[in-house]
Amino acid sequence: MGVILDALRNAFGLIVTLDPDMLAIVWLSLQVSLSAVALGTLLGLPLGAAIAVGRFPGRRASIVVLNALMGLPPVVVGLIVYLLLSRAGPLGELGLLFTPTAMVIAQTILIMPIIAALGRQAVEDAWREYREQLRSLGVSRLAAALTLIWDIRFSLLTAVLAGLGRACAEVGAVMIVGGNIAGVTRVMTTTIALETSKGDLPLALSLGIVLVTIVLILNAGAYSVKEVAQRRYG
Amino acid sequence: MRAPTSLLPLRLVDVSFDAGTKRIVDRVSLVLEAGPRTMILGPNGAGKSVLMRLCHGLLRPTAGHIEWATPERSGERRRQAMVFQRPVMLRRSALANVEYALKVAGVPWDEREPRARNALESVGLSDLANRGARVLSGGEQQRLALARAWALRPEVLFLDEPTASLDPGASAEVERTIETIHAAGTKIVMITHNLGQARRLGDEILFLNEGRLVERAPADRFFNRPASAETEAFLKGELPWT
Amino acid sequence: MDVKRRFILAAAALAVAMPLAAQEKFITVASTTSTEQSGLFKYLLPIFEKQTGIQVRVVAVGTGQALDMGRRGDADVVFVHDPAAEKKFVDEGQGINYKQVMYNDFVIIGPKSDPAKVAGGKDVLEALKKIEAAKAPFVSRADRSGTHAAELRYWKSAGIDIEANKGPWYKETGSGMGPALNTASSMGAYILADRGTWLSFKNRGDLAILVEGDQKLFNQYGIMLVNPAKHPKTKVDLGNAFINWVVSPAGQKAIADYKVGGEQLFFPNYKGG
Repeated sequence: MGVILDALRNAFGLIVTLDPDMLAIVWLSLQVSLSAVALGTLLGLPLGAAIAVGRFPGRRASIVVLNALMGLPPVVVGLIVYLLLSRAGPLGELGLLFTPTAMVIAQTILIMPIIAALGRQAVEDAWREYREQLRSLGVSRLAAALTLIWDIRFSLLTAVLAGLGRACAEVGAVMIVGGNIAGVTRVMTTTIALETSKGDLPLALSLGIVLVTIVLILNAGAYSVKEVAQRRYG
Repeated sequence: MRAPTSLLPLRLVDVSFDAGTKRIVDRVSLVLEAGPRTMILGPNGAGKSVLMRLCHGLLRPTAGHIEWATPERSGERRRQAMVFQRPVMLRRSALANVEYALKVAGVPWDEREPRARNALESVGLSDLANRGARVLSGGEQQRLALARAWALRPEVLFLDEPTASLDPGASAEVERTIETIHAAGTKIVMITHNLGQARRLGDEILFLNEGRLVERAPADRFFNRPASAETEAFLKGELPWT
Repeated sequence: MDVKRRFILAAAALAVAMPLAAQEKFITVASTTSTEQSGLFKYLLPIFEKQTGIQVRVVAVGTGQALDMGRRGDADVVFVHDPAAEKKFVDEGQGINYKQVMYNDFVIIGPKSDPAKVAGGKDVLEALKKIEAAKAPFVSRADRSGTHAAELRYWKSAGIDIEANKGPWYKETGSGMGPALNTASSMGAYILADRGTWLSFKNRGDLAILVEGDQKLFNQYGIMLVNPAKHPKTKVDLGNAFINWVVSPAGQKAIADYKVGGEQLFFPNYKGG
């Protein structure tokens, strides 16, 4: 208990003194994870919606696969992306290995299935309600998918937040494709891993508390946006 | 309204619909012409809703075929519309919901707002144009659904028990709107449980029982001189309910 | 228009996300976790960067992994501490401009209770023989690192076939120096560690240095350029600038100047030519 209380106090100190190294690490973490969430949403929501309203052979199998991909192990994703981006690999020309861009790519691959699978479920529930009316109006399946996404956008926020949580929390993928380079690709989770392996457990714990606090704030913000919108539009 | 390429008449030839082993619509043949307001009556489970959805194109018949005079092609704007028992609105303002339907129908963007406002005015919802559609009352939403359908200038308007969940005041307003739409030239096809309503609004009656079209007659004759025993029983059973 | 709005937002997010990290002059150096965790790079690299304007990006993994990174061409320079593996690397034609630049030393760490009675000894091989005889718990990194390679060499020199003789007392963690020390600390085991990592390790528990100073415990570091003939993308000029600086008087002095708790960790020993 004492260790945790100490860590809480240290975490507070880190935040209050705005340690520049830590700020840089936090800023990079946010950039990487939020970019991955934006990309993952842009790609994942339409995919989930398309599966929700679509009718094609193998639809049920694709739902099962999509749900299963939610459990992709981050290290495996990191390894695959590493092999792709390595100079010896097919995409080596791009010179993306050990850059924040590579981290964004890996995290996007990781969270896209989460957003797509949860989005699919939400859109499918809405489709059941809207289906007859939209078809009556002559809305094509594609247009219906996009309309539904926009209409239930605040419910889809939960899917997006699930993706955000996963991105902020993972360390396996960003460690491998980023290389945890000081000042370049070091983010909160890899820093925590580093400090832990150096035996500096109090510092690691403090950083962990900072990370959780940031994620809490992001979630609280998203929740209040959702509340306001629901009151307005019903 | 008889345009050179009119949708009507609508022909149903031996149309049947099965759900699994249960036959819901049983070899119905009829022709719907432009002009008379058609009311569809029948006891619960008679297959009225399914028949209407078959006509509207939401379901495909298991047997027989359905033909409009001018076939509908996918991608073209729809010239028939339907209002359901429970209106389904998007999470937008009332005005935006009507504009959405116009957009889907391919109406140019600068015409959408004026036409939508017009439609809202004709159902008396102008004041609520900017209110969220889903927070409106049941009656208001149903009128909004009618406004949305009407803004599309459909040739045929299907209505599935549009006043079933409304109080008498709201019902009356909805009936007035339906009359207005009919007066503007749209063919009305409507399912109702309310015999009084059928008498008020209907020119001809289709009576369905157990999936079969039992009787078809002008409203007057149907209510005063029913042709079959089934019809008589139905009318007697429902009479206290006006 | 809703769709358009969303696209613009997404594009803006992407613009923020792709920091133009590629614009500055930089090299990628594959090195080891023990070197990184000793804090040497944090001290050394800013000096080099200030002088030359070249940013050095260190990816710290195990020695085996670092050399493999060189073989894939994912690094420009490799800086590790396993002369046998380094020689193999150069012989394969994977590395050029190879120089031996500094050494630090290993120590035998163990619980203060010292069940195998090795404390104060000056001979690492004797210590290992005693540990094996007592079947005292011993943590091995088992991760193809320079430290692990050294550990295996010592067992062999002590006449012990560790593959055949290992039992439940010999714990292979497959991890870096820090995590292995964590494990040793929590189970009161012996472990071979580099002094640098130990000095900055904060979770010591009941552990202490028990055996040190044996010449055999010296740990030689080597640096080399990834061969541009095999990997054309190697940054030859920038990479060589770094290597040449490390062996220059200025670089060697900087290495010697690095201290933890007043103690020098690394001893420059580049012999010209």
